[in-house]
Amino acid sequence: MLKTYSYPKFEYRTPPEIASGQTLKVPVVVVGAGPVGLGAALDLQLHDVPVLVLDEDDTVSIGSRGVCYAKRALEILDRYGVGDAVCSKGVSWNVGRTFFREQEVYNFNLVPEPDHHRPGMVNLQQYYLEEYLAARAASRPKIELRWKNKVVSVAQTGMTVTLKVETEDGFYTVETDWLIAADGARSPIRRMLDLEIDGKVFMDRFLIADVVMKADFPSERWFWFDPPFHPGQSVLLHRQTDSVYRIDFQLGWDADPEEAKKPENVLPRIKAMLGDQREFELEWVSVYTFQCRRMGRFNHGRVLFVGDAAHQVSPFGARGANSGLQDVDNLGWKLKLVIDGKAPMALLDSYSEERIFAADENLVNSTRSTDFITPKSKVSRTFRNAVLGLAKDHAFGRALVNSGRLSVPAFLTTSSLNTPDCAPDVFAGRMVPGAPMDDAPVLDNGEQGWLLNKVGNRFFALYFADDPKSLDAATVATLSDLSCAGVAVQPLVVSPKPGAAPGGIPTLVDARGIAAQRYDAQQGTVYLLRPDQHVAARWRTLDAAKVKAAVARATCNA
Amino acid sequence: MALNLNPNFAEAGKRYFNAYAPGDDFYEMLIGAHRDLSDEQSELLNARLILVLANHIGDLGTLREALDVAREGV
Repeated sequence: MLKTYSYPKFEYRTPPEIASGQTLKVPVVVVGAGPVGLGAALDLQLHDVPVLVLDEDDTVSIGSRGVCYAKRALEILDRYGVGDAVCSKGVSWNVGRTFFREQEVYNFNLVPEPDHHRPGMVNLQQYYLEEYLAARAASRPKIELRWKNKVVSVAQTGMTVTLKVETEDGFYTVETDWLIAADGARSPIRRMLDLEIDGKVFMDRFLIADVVMKADFPSERWFWFDPPFHPGQSVLLHRQTDSVYRIDFQLGWDADPEEAKKPENVLPRIKAMLGDQREFELEWVSVYTFQCRRMGRFNHGRVLFVGDAAHQVSPFGARGANSGLQDVDNLGWKLKLVIDGKAPMALLDSYSEERIFAADENLVNSTRSTDFITPKSKVSRTFRNAVLGLAKDHAFGRALVNSGRLSVPAFLTTSSLNTPDCAPDVFAGRMVPGAPMDDAPVLDNGEQGWLLNKVGNRFFALYFADDPKSLDAATVATLSDLSCAGVAVQPLVVSPKPGAAPGGIPTLVDARGIAAQRYDAQQGTVYLLRPDQHVAARWRTLDAAKVKAAVARATCNA
Repeated sequence: MALNLNPNFAEAGKRYFNAYAPGDDFYEMLIGAHRDLSDEQSELLNARLILVLANHIGDLGTLREALDVAREGV
């Protein structure tokens, strides 16, 4: 098979604890150096928390595996310092096309709205993402990466988690205050702690092939129901970087995975799809089944589960790695506040609650897609085909076609951390308490930038003003005072007019009023923003007591 | 009453942040209603459902239009 990518080999070093026999003591251990584990480490180093990362392997993901990184994940990767690398190497796309038998019945455009920094989706082989994250993590002084270090036992007693780690040179012991389990769908940590994960296995098999070809397919997602080249089943085509295309064939439950993977059986399928003339080579082939399931809770004392270790979905909708990155985005700031003694352990319960809410949304959406793509009964297939038939001519039919509802962040509207809107304040638009923030173009000291790159990692109070120079002394004092509280809130003035707010409060220019429009803001509107860029609360007028109460609520200090 | 062929699903009091959500909610209810039924039972359910909905719509002009849309392409 052809190779467009050479796998890095990360250096194993003999851990000093093997010779010394001493127990290593660290505040946080992350097990698993996949995208989610490395994301967890990078999130915590933004909060100045030292992290030890243990991984049993010494390279990146074999095969492309995860392919699609959604807008919200890209915004999180921006905070971790790899957003530009992923976006410039990846293939960005917005258009998806759906075919039924010979005809196109439906297409969608993921980002109909301009003025967002990141596109709806970027396709990139998982190994590139892991390579960038690993390089970034290796460059951070507070992150220690230990490759070929395998956790073989875990025990939790009181305030300590004790790990036994195996290397080629022997064993050593690590004691940590916090363990983040990012060790994947089969999570050995989960198994060693004897914790359950419930859900169902779908009775279907899929063949995925990474194919290298000099093809002229546009950068779009193409999905076929019952195509002539693969009758009765579905096929998905995605373009990745380096002229690598991902093709995903539904095989049915009865297919023999070992037989299906053999090149002599794979090649005819691809030839039938591409037509005989087009030249291509296989880079990677795999057969997979999948499960939709999650743990009952994601925090167990001082062990915190993230990503596939906590929840798994079908691949339709790209909700795996994308939701895992949102897990660590949600967890990092909460763990920091608990470590610093500025929030109670209960704040970590909110990690579990909020990410279970999101996981359930992902499970519902990916299960619905799976049921549409692979109907389980005759009547279900009849309805599915009826929808596809109606879709060609009727808008309502197109809206029902479900070839995967692509990953979007959860609106955490039911979270106990939110402060609900309070009468007489009335707001229009989507930026409700719990909403993931919308982006907008802003000028910062005359330089073009993006709102989402100006906030995050700590609480912010966004204060909208018609003219930054007109802020009165009381407002300036109230805003400045917020940054001195126990849980600091950084004030940030947003105004359509250029100029600096008094008192040295940072000011962004919203020249075209897009931020004000998306946040339905008027003179004096205040948004309290969480460190993970979700809205915590909002008001039409600034009131220090209300802001402090909302911060207390958002940190379980109320 | 003209036949509405644009997306039209919604639930009172519920806020949707993704346009596809109410349609997907309905589709899941529809397929769920058939769970554990035999093919004949499913056919009967569909017939009963059509009759109930047709009576709710009531307007024969609309129903005639709907029948034409459904028949086309079968």
